[in-house]
Amino acid sequence: MSTKTILVLQDLLATNKQAAAAIRQELRARGILAVNLMSSPGSGKTTLLENLADRLKDRYRMAVIEGDIETERDAERIRRKGVPAWQITTGGACHLEARMIGKVLGDVPAAIDFLFIENVGNLVCPASYDLGEDIRCVLLSSPEGDDKPAKYPQAFLSADCLILTKTDLIPYLPFDPAKAAAEALSIKPGLRVFTVSALRGDGVDAFVGYLVEALEGLRSGRA
Amino acid sequence: MHELSLIASVFDILEEKAREHGASQVTAVRLQVGRMSGVVPELLESAFDIYKKGTLAEGARLEIVIVPVKLRCPDCGGANVREDADFSCAACGSRRVEIIEGREIVVEKIELETGQP
Repeated sequence: MSTKTILVLQDLLATNKQAAAAIRQELRARGILAVNLMSSPGSGKTTLLENLADRLKDRYRMAVIEGDIETERDAERIRRKGVPAWQITTGGACHLEARMIGKVLGDVPAAIDFLFIENVGNLVCPASYDLGEDIRCVLLSSPEGDDKPAKYPQAFLSADCLILTKTDLIPYLPFDPAKAAAEALSIKPGLRVFTVSALRGDGVDAFVGYLVEALEGLRSGRA
Repeated sequence: MHELSLIASVFDILEEKAREHGASQVTAVRLQVGRMSGVVPELLESAFDIYKKGTLAEGARLEIVIVPVKLRCPDCGGANVREDADFSCAACGSRRVEIIEGREIVVEKIELETGQP
């Protein structure tokens, strides 16, 4: 018997990165803007999507991939808005991976403008997994507290935009949206910040404007 | 929180390498874990201990090397290591930095027991 040391240098996230790159390429070729929504459970991802469904329906077509540990609840909420939705139940896994998205992608209609991917509610693990999206949004709701960006830096560092949600509750909470935004911006300069109340609809139009601009950018880049 | 599934991919690599080299046992594994990789070294160790039972790495020891966060600054051209959670260039203070190391989870090297003398 003899002992042998082998240099491996293999990235454990490489398989996911490759799958994500293939998804990104396919979606861009189809002219679809993919948006990955990440946040803690209960910060308002599904409610924001319901609001977007109402706002986008006259001019754009959207579809939603929902990630949860269990139940079809979120996909059902989205379908009630007349939007096609697929539920991925991870059965315990704390995040979505690119391969899970790849399996659903064949069913997503070719003629859509936006594909939203609602990640499993978790402010930690989803940040490490590229899903092939063009825009990554992190949501932070006012009841969670304005001190979260520095406590969960990976999520904010990997995001393109920050959406502060449940602004309608701010009068009742010690939550300072300027402080939350400044802390997130100190981690990730250039982060686009939106403040919304998806229940009341405040601020959602600005986010829609950002999405439409990104969609046009993607399509002009493709032409 | 996904340490167990990461360890499962480590074992896929171990089995493949052992087969390639005709090894009967894996005796050591060294992982590089970035400080910003989002995984907890202690949980990787527990997951490794759970997973290794009954495998060809049953007696293997796991070594984890923490990779610090390394930034590259496009403004001053410098590259520097940050030990804290401050993501700005240590040389010029710019915040437009790019993280070039510290997010990876890599199987660096393994030690195998082979039949050959």
